[in-house]
Amino acid sequence: MIMIFGIPGPLLFGQLLLGLINGAFYAMLSLGLAVIFGMLNIINFAHGALFMMGAFASWMLLNYCGIGYFPALILAPLLIGAFGIVLEKTVISRLYKLDHLYGLLLTFGLALVIEGLFRNAYGSSGLPYRIPEILTGAMNLGFMYMPIYRGWVVLAALVVCISTWAIIEKTSLGATLRAATENAPMVQAFGVNVPRLITLTYGGGVALAAFAGVLAAPIYSVNPNMGDNFINTVFAVVVIGGMGSIMGSIITGFGLGVIEGLTKVFYPQGSATVVFVVMVIVLLTRPRGLFGKAA
Amino acid sequence: MFGFSRAQSIAFIVMLVLIVVSPYVLYPVFLMRVLCAALFACAFNLMIGYVGLLSFGHAAFFGMGSYVAAWTMKVWHVDASIAILFGAATGAVLGFFLGYLAIRRSGIYFAMITLALAQMVYFFCLEAPFTGGEDGIQQVPRGHLFGFIDLTNDMTMYWVVAAVFIGGFLLVHRIIHSPFGQVLKGIRENEPRATSLGYRTDDYKLIAFVLSCMIAGAAGGTKALVFGIATLTDVHYSTSGEIVLTTLLGGLGTVFGPAMGALVVTSMENYLAQFGAWVTVTQGVIFMVCVLAFRRGIIGEIGAYLKISL
Repeated sequence: MIMIFGIPGPLLFGQLLLGLINGAFYAMLSLGLAVIFGMLNIINFAHGALFMMGAFASWMLLNYCGIGYFPALILAPLLIGAFGIVLEKTVISRLYKLDHLYGLLLTFGLALVIEGLFRNAYGSSGLPYRIPEILTGAMNLGFMYMPIYRGWVVLAALVVCISTWAIIEKTSLGATLRAATENAPMVQAFGVNVPRLITLTYGGGVALAAFAGVLAAPIYSVNPNMGDNFINTVFAVVVIGGMGSIMGSIITGFGLGVIEGLTKVFYPQGSATVVFVVMVIVLLTRPRGLFGKAA
Repeated sequence: MFGFSRAQSIAFIVMLVLIVVSPYVLYPVFLMRVLCAALFACAFNLMIGYVGLLSFGHAAFFGMGSYVAAWTMKVWHVDASIAILFGAATGAVLGFFLGYLAIRRSGIYFAMITLALAQMVYFFCLEAPFTGGEDGIQQVPRGHLFGFIDLTNDMTMYWVVAAVFIGGFLLVHRIIHSPFGQVLKGIRENEPRATSLGYRTDDYKLIAFVLSCMIAGAAGGTKALVFGIATLTDVHYSTSGEIVLTTLLGGLGTVFGPAMGALVVTSMENYLAQFGAWVTVTQGVIFMVCVLAFRRGIIGEIGAYLKISL
C-alpha cells in the first residue's frame, strides 16, 4: 500500500475526493451568491433553502412523475429557477431602494418559511434518492477506487462552474451583465432592460443552487435541513474569496473543500472548523478577501 | 429621569408597573423567559440600532454566557450573582476577540462574518468536553443570591431576573445617551466624517460590540440559572436569527422595541410550540412582513403615530 506522510494512500485520496465533492458544492453555491450579489446587491440567505428545493424537486419528479435523474438535472433547475423569478418579481424587487441588510433579512425569513413548510410535509429524517444505474459502481484508478457517481459530481460541477464563468466573462450577454453590475443607470440608458436582466440573474443564480441540489440528492439524504448544513460554510467561503470575481469563487470553493478533506485526514476534530479558521486568517491579513476588490 | 424624554419616562413607568404586576397574573417562568429574551434583544439593539451593524452571531455570546454560568454554578457552586457575572465576562471576552475580526468589514460582510464566527463557536461547543455536547449542561442548581437569598422559589427568582433586566436596560440606555453613544450614532450616520473629526471609529465600534456581547452574556447566564440548563440551542444560529426577528418586530433602534418584541415572539413560541415546524414558518412570515411593510416595528409604528420617540 502506498503511504504518504504516514497516511495510507487510499485513505488520503478518498478524503481528498470527498473534499473535492464538498468543494464542488461550495463552489456552485458561492458562485450563485456572488452572481446574485453582483447584480441585486443582496445576500441571498435563501440560497441553502433553494438548494434543498432542487434536491426535493428531483425526488418529487422521480416519485410523483416517474422522471429520472438526467431529465431532472435539467428540469429541476428550470422549475426552481422559475420559482426564483417569481420570488424576485413579487417580493425581492421591492427592496432595491433600501439598505442591503433588509434583503438579507427578507431572504432569511424566506428560508425559514421554505424549510418549515418542507419539514411539515416531509419530516426531517430524510428521503432516499438512488444513484442512477449508469453512474453506480466504482472505477479503479490504480491508486484508489473511485465511486463513479462521486467523480461525476466533481466533473459536472466543474463543467457548470466553467460554463457560468464563460457566459459571464466571454459572451456579450455577460458583458452587458458586468456593465449593469458596474453602472446600472448607464446600461439602461443604452436601451437594455435592466430590471429584466436583474430578474434573470436571480433566476440563474437560483437555478445554479437547484442544480447543485440535484447533484447532492443521491449523496446526502434529501431532507429539509440539507441546505442549512451547507449555507453557513458557504458564507465563510464567500468572505474568504470576496465576491468580486467569478473565477475567485470557483477556486476558493474547490480549494476550501480540499483543505477540509485534508484536515479530516490529519486532524479530524478540526475538520468542521477549518474553513472558519481560514476565514479568520484571511480577515487578519487581507480583509477584503482573496479575490475581492478594494471597497 | 435617566435622560429619558417625557414620553419615554411614562413608557418606562408603564413597563415597570407591568413587570411588578404581571407575575401575579401570568406564569412567572414564562415571564422570566420574556425578560431574558428582552435583555438579549436590548444588547443586540445596541449594535444594530445605534452602530448600524447587524450581528448575525449574537447567539454565540448568549450561549457561551449561558454555558459558563451553568458550569460555574454546577461545578464551582458559586453565588448566583457571580455566575451571572461570569456569563457577562465570557460574553465580553469572546466579543472582544470575535469583534476585533468582524469590525474589519461592515454592512453585509459584517453580518456574514459574525454568522460564520458564531458557527465556529457552535462547533466548538459541540466538541468541547465541558459543554456536555448534545446533552448540554443539565440540572444546574439555582443556588443562592448574595449567600442568603434562596432562589429555588420562582417568585424570588423572578424579582432577581427583573432586576437584572432593568439594570441591563438602563445600562444600554445610559450607553446610548453618553457622549460615547453620540459618537456611535455619528459613526452610524457617516463613518468617514467621524474619522475625519479624529475619532478612531474602529475602537468605538469594538467597544460597543464588547458591551453588547457582555449584556448578551449576562442574559444567557440568567437564562441558564432560571431554567437550570444550557444547551446547544443557545449557541445555534437559529437563536441569532430569532433575536434579529425579536428586535426587528419590536422596532430597530427604539428604546422599548426589544422588550416589546421579546414579549410577542416568546408568547408566540409558547402558543405555537404544539404545532412543531409551524413556529419556523410563522417566524419566517413575520420576518418577511416586517421587512416588506412594517420596517419600523411595533414600537416604531406607535411612536410614529403619536409623533414621539419611544
